[in-house]
Amino acid sequence: MGVEQQDRDSYTGYLTTGHEWGGGLKELNTPVPRVLYFFLTLAFLFSVGYWVLMPAWPLGVTYTKGLLGIDQRKLVAASLHEAALERSVWSRRIETEDFAEIQSDPGLMNVVRETGRTLFGNNCAACHGVDAKGGPGFPNLTTTSWLWGGKPEEIFNTIRVGVNSAHPDTHVSQMPAFGHDQMLARQDVLKVASFVYSLSHPDAKDIDPARVEPGKALFAANCVACHGSDAKGNPEVGAPNLTDRYWIYGGDFDTIDTTVWGGRQGHMPTWEDRLSKLDRKILTLYVVDKRMVGP
Amino acid sequence: MSFFGFHYRLERKAIGLTLGIICAASIGGLVEIAPLFTIHQTVEDAPDMRVYTPLELAGRNIYIREGCYACHSQMIRTLRDEVDRYGPYSLAVESKYDHPMLWGSKRTGPDLARIGEKYSDPWHVEHLNNPRDVVPVSVMPAYGWLLTTELRTDDLGLHLKAQRAVGVPYTDDMIANAAADAYAQSNPDSPLADGVTKRYGKATTMRAFDGNPSHLTEMDALVAYLQILGRLTDAAHKTIAQGGAEQ
Repeated sequence: MGVEQQDRDSYTGYLTTGHEWGGGLKELNTPVPRVLYFFLTLAFLFSVGYWVLMPAWPLGVTYTKGLLGIDQRKLVAASLHEAALERSVWSRRIETEDFAEIQSDPGLMNVVRETGRTLFGNNCAACHGVDAKGGPGFPNLTTTSWLWGGKPEEIFNTIRVGVNSAHPDTHVSQMPAFGHDQMLARQDVLKVASFVYSLSHPDAKDIDPARVEPGKALFAANCVACHGSDAKGNPEVGAPNLTDRYWIYGGDFDTIDTTVWGGRQGHMPTWEDRLSKLDRKILTLYVVDKRMVGP
Repeated sequence: MSFFGFHYRLERKAIGLTLGIICAASIGGLVEIAPLFTIHQTVEDAPDMRVYTPLELAGRNIYIREGCYACHSQMIRTLRDEVDRYGPYSLAVESKYDHPMLWGSKRTGPDLARIGEKYSDPWHVEHLNNPRDVVPVSVMPAYGWLLTTELRTDDLGLHLKAQRAVGVPYTDDMIANAAADAYAQSNPDSPLADGVTKRYGKATTMRAFDGNPSHLTEMDALVAYLQILGRLTDAAHKTIAQGGAEQ
């Protein structure tokens, strides 16, 4: 196969490949535009520069580190450090001052509201809701009713250890399944549930009044150890107040019946490993603040 | 001939052109494949790394089956906002026993690399059953059937065996007892529970993940898997505590 004669297409003015496919059919050999070579060369030179300056080529057990010495892990460590420094204007004060001092400082509380909102949204809102009002099974944090105590120190501790969590100092609490585990007969469960329902609904007409009085006796025999003789609960064991209008699982008769029958055990994770002491303190102040402005 | 004429000449030589194509095409392959030859030296050491239990592996298979990876990543990048939000950035070693890895590339939902033990089991169950029950604005689909579908365990030994074939150190003992271990992990009061601790370590989470110890459901498996994410090793927490120093 010899080199064919150069043959220029008369219509476009470009060279053809020189081969005739038959019937006068020829193939244009339009050259690649020179500007493309220019950018190709430019991109190649850029990549050579990049290889020299940045981490690039794998070399067995190591890699070329690049003249700039850039390491993403160091970069993110530096940027986290820088962020901590920026925050230190107020973070040191929140870390060292006690809750009452911080609460009386409007400037610090503004920081708490701003930072706390993000922290709460990222960590707590999944269960307690963005508005901290909870839902069935997850306590409302904007009320005055607190299972494990509502003082800032108590809330701070609850966030640290959790409830029925993996933390060694965890709050532990379980309401027994009185019906399911056969501690009370079906009828007795209904009686206790009626009595409990009547505590928060003194004027209720939809329950059998004949059940309330025996329910009271059964309550005294089975429930007062945790919920107290006045049924106002006990933050030592995380037993809720049964006389107010706040309910974790629901305050209608059927739900109370279900609770007495099947028992309840809430779970809150420990946050000691996941959040810094500063973060947990901000969250404590944030929920206390929510409660103050809440209903 | 000019530089631009080089290709014309090459095209006319069959062997030369073939060699040229092989050269050019192998560069991409070399750059991707060659580092794998030394992967045992380049991936961080994590002596505390443990394998997935059969129940967690079953959950992982459900995670893949339901396409969770399409909306959730499992890869925290080395960026400040990600570390602030999710926790320590992901290390290669954390995916050591992930076949296939589930890093993902799209976040319609949040990253899940550190979701383990962040929320309670009942929350996961409610959320998977119907996400809107706990997160009103969620766009995640509901997976209610997980609660009522019994987990298939008869093939779990084979799954472990397949994982061993690609390098996960499952023992013969683990493979033989896979189905029993899956059952016992979600039923800590069962007499079989000691076997799980013996084979997978004391730190293994043993709970009725779906709240009901008498039935082993797909919900048990998926929640068990979600609760172990980011907790197979502490390597990432140690690395970030050292300020991201080189290994």
